[in-house]
Amino acid sequence: MGNIDQFIQDFDSTEPEKLTITAVDKWMWVHPVVLSMIASLALKIEKKNIICQQITAKSGHYLERMGLFNFLGIKSGMNIVEHESSGRFIPLTQIKNSTELTKFITDMIPLLHLMPQQAEPIRYIVSELVRNVLEHAQTKYGAIICAQYFKKSNTIRFGISDTGIGIKTSLRNFYPTEDDIEAIKLALMPGITGTTSREGGTELNAGAGLFFIKSIAYVNHNFFIIYSGTGMYKLFRKQKQEQEGDFVLHANPKLDRHSERNNLPQWDGTVIGIDISLDSTSEFNKLLDLIRNVYSRAIRERKEQKYKKQPKFT
Amino acid sequence: MKHIKLFNLTGSFAENKDIAQTIRKEQILPALNNGEKVILDFEKIDAATQSFMHALISDLFRIFGDSVLDRIDFKDCSETVQKIIGIVVDYMQES
Repeated sequence: MGNIDQFIQDFDSTEPEKLTITAVDKWMWVHPVVLSMIASLALKIEKKNIICQQITAKSGHYLERMGLFNFLGIKSGMNIVEHESSGRFIPLTQIKNSTELTKFITDMIPLLHLMPQQAEPIRYIVSELVRNVLEHAQTKYGAIICAQYFKKSNTIRFGISDTGIGIKTSLRNFYPTEDDIEAIKLALMPGITGTTSREGGTELNAGAGLFFIKSIAYVNHNFFIIYSGTGMYKLFRKQKQEQEGDFVLHANPKLDRHSERNNLPQWDGTVIGIDISLDSTSEFNKLLDLIRNVYSRAIRERKEQKYKKQPKFT
Repeated sequence: MKHIKLFNLTGSFAENKDIAQTIRKEQILPALNNGEKVILDFEKIDAATQSFMHALISDLFRIFGDSVLDRIDFKDCSETVQKIIGIVVDYMQES
């Protein structure tokens, strides 16, 4: 995930009615977030306009096992022995409604062989991210999600994509922004939702989901990216010298160690990638205490800023 | 007194906002409008999302004000559920 920028930068979005996939001959591996992007595009594009180069790399079997060719409507020609998926990966899955989401979360935890402490933030993240798509993306294709477990780093890498309206459009009625990266950063702040400008949100939306996810990622030393339109925000992993208790959770994503881009190829929709280290899954309840403090303070400060009357000096 | 057992509706991970909204509209609000107290029973639920909790209780603050807390008991909450409720209650009172 650390070098995802290069892949995204090379993604050519100039012919949205076609999907052409190329790959190197010898060795290849792509982050699940990339697979979710390709599968999302494949759902929108006529199968006759999808071209996939013959994958010769042995490691290309991974694409078959993740179910990519089913989404592309192409026979891979690969003859592989399907391994039991438990403990290894979650193949590409399309989720279009609440019922499918609930089933996915229920099935996901045993598939990934997670301990309760590890499962808690992961099911939380998946639920909130997919629900964001279902509620805000305005796409009939829903969310595309997949994940893979990496034994060496003891990490689960997730990708969740949609081809909906994107974050900037979703926020524009109440929080219009000039560009995509500003919209992404606004969406990461607690209490910012595309459904109202009122503090506390609506009966159904508080604008807290992405702030929670960013906080979980930060505390657990995880990479986290959001890519929407031409913008991308990448949260860097917490540095090792920052021990638990030393670090500060920020309401404002600009204050977190991150990189941002606003000149990437256009992605019509939203893409989220997150690497979750199972070695450093902080106690979820401690994290919730931190979030509670930061969240309330952020709303208080924003309200004061909004309503505090200022003297007029003439 | 209206006693609402949530587990049968939500399962052990309460995350479905559609269900939360239905419980609020069809069970909690009518009871509060009748002047009853409400017990939200979280027995066997080990966690919930903020989205679920927001959909379940935030509108009650808008309708009845902060004093609605005097009329709701949150029963048998796990530590995680307690903390999620705390977050939603906090920001609704700040708003």
